[in-house]
Amino acid sequence: MATLTAAPIVSSRREFADSHTLSRFLATSGFEGLKKALSLFPEQVAAEVDAASLLGRGGAGFPAGRKWSMLRKNAVTYLVINGDESEPATFKDHYLVEHEPHQLIEGVTIAAYALQVTQAFIFLRGEFALGLERVQQAINDAYDHGALGQNIFGSGFSLDIVVHPGAGAYICGEETSLIEALEGKRGFPRIKPPFFPAVNGLYGEPTVVNNVETMSNLPWIIRHGGAAFAALGEGRSTGTRLFALSGRVNNPGMFELEMVKNTFRDVIFDPQLGNGIVGGGKLKAFIPGGVSAPWFGPDQLDVPLGQDEVANQASMLGSGSIVVFDEATCPVRAAWRITKFFSRESCGQCTPCREGSGWLERIMYRLEHGGGRIEDIDLLLDLCDNISPGLLWPPQQTTICVLGPSIPSSIHSAIKMFRDEFVAHATNDGCTYA
Amino acid sequence: MSHFNPELRQRAEELVALYPNRRSAMLPLLHLAQEHDGYLSEEGMAEVAELTGTTPADVQGTASFYDMFFLEPVGKYVVAVCTNISCLLAGGEELLDHAQSTLGCSIGGTSADGMFTLEEAECLADCNIAPCVQVNHRFVRTTTPATFDQMIGEIREGRRDSDIPPHGTLIRVRRNGVLRNTREALAAERAVAGDARDARKAQETK
Repeated sequence: MATLTAAPIVSSRREFADSHTLSRFLATSGFEGLKKALSLFPEQVAAEVDAASLLGRGGAGFPAGRKWSMLRKNAVTYLVINGDESEPATFKDHYLVEHEPHQLIEGVTIAAYALQVTQAFIFLRGEFALGLERVQQAINDAYDHGALGQNIFGSGFSLDIVVHPGAGAYICGEETSLIEALEGKRGFPRIKPPFFPAVNGLYGEPTVVNNVETMSNLPWIIRHGGAAFAALGEGRSTGTRLFALSGRVNNPGMFELEMVKNTFRDVIFDPQLGNGIVGGGKLKAFIPGGVSAPWFGPDQLDVPLGQDEVANQASMLGSGSIVVFDEATCPVRAAWRITKFFSRESCGQCTPCREGSGWLERIMYRLEHGGGRIEDIDLLLDLCDNISPGLLWPPQQTTICVLGPSIPSSIHSAIKMFRDEFVAHATNDGCTYA
Repeated sequence: MSHFNPELRQRAEELVALYPNRRSAMLPLLHLAQEHDGYLSEEGMAEVAELTGTTPADVQGTASFYDMFFLEPVGKYVVAVCTNISCLLAGGEELLDHAQSTLGCSIGGTSADGMFTLEEAECLADCNIAPCVQVNHRFVRTTTPATFDQMIGEIREGRRDSDIPPHGTLIRVRRNGVLRNTREALAAERAVAGDARDARKAQETK
């Protein structure tokens, strides 16, 4: 039985149809965290976030407090919020920007105060038309309410936030690519070093880039204290997280759960959560954290939902999105579709990713749709190895950014777990399902 | 002579003023140009070049990187059906096939009446209501052939005009707060605030 979090942290207004309005926000502790933060010294605010040991919710799971402390030694110029949520099967930031936009603005303002930044940008993926409108409205409301702009709540601290629409590119979720897009260019990732945003970010200035969900946790952390947040979860994984469940389950949806206290089995099978497999079928496999993550099988259902707990099983919790495959799911088809996605979204800078993703997609296509050969299975693994040498986890990299080494995850997982099905596809001259 | 109408030109200049560097307004301005023409016309891109201090070639080179920008005319409604993993598992490909027969065009094509352009989308982040469909980047949440056809019918009859504006119109909420000051003034303000804090801290530790 799952341990639901007694009180949700970032989705606390979910029950209200008007959760996106200023009046609902003000009636539900809105701006209390910010007002408290402004009464503290910036270092004290940063110390609370350190004490919370809040891990970044974007996918990489880097501690937000440490990201900030790397910068506090030098003045930070810009705060950039990553809302380019595009990892397939991830839909948590979609909820946060549409339904709790003021909470995001409050969180950004708290972070800006801790970092003493006076200019922040919120980069939202362009496909979130409603989210863009809601966040812009929340910014407008905050200016009118004295919670943004000059001399916020009479504290002497000033901040401007600009919402910046993306235009349809998965790669812009990579922070240096996002910065390029914010500078008005093609979203090509920058090589690190030297372009670590903390040192050399937007316009060459020190820049902090944080995820929407990370920011949305800050009002609660300041209201209740970092220690209260750290008391939730276990080990390095503190607080709660928004888990996005989709695929072959009866009740797909987004659930805010305490970290580590629940397992994948809980999320997928608990009647209050995923409520089991469609049609009472059997689980075949699942993706634990977005399509860049290696797959898990039924043996890993009891792995707890924690950063290190999943990493210890050679995958990642990533963006917190779980995709469930049942017995009727063709693993070749699933891996082919994920590869097609990477092939479409590769930015084209680095040869292994640009060429490799296309080759892999074509080979996977012919295995699934006819024309595949037995030798293709080893050819796939060889090509994957050229993109990410050794096919290790965490992966080795031959490219500027991590999109490249994400490509082999699904193919390598599918072959490892279902090699016989690949063989059957090759001998059957196409898919063996239906 | 501006290609944009005066209202749009005004909004464009407001956007440019939000950034420390004019070029940063590139993507928001391209969205405006697309709002004006329904796609990126040469005249629209030339105006964006002028506004950002770049060249039309540079603007086109940037725009062509992004999926949401169309360099050729499209229908008044761009219908995007997702077939990525979660939607694949929920019948996304079948819904996309159905959409092709309903609209009478293939993927990337436009219906005979010029009303609809059909796209195969990558994940749109609404995976619990799969397969996911967007029209002009509004989530319409029609997951079955029947509800899809009903939605298309409503659009044809003009009954969805309030929630689905014509293609290109992205953000209908206009910013009300202007940026306060120049970067130099902000730096000076930050220094003053820092001094005041140091003084307060010295006071408190005394």
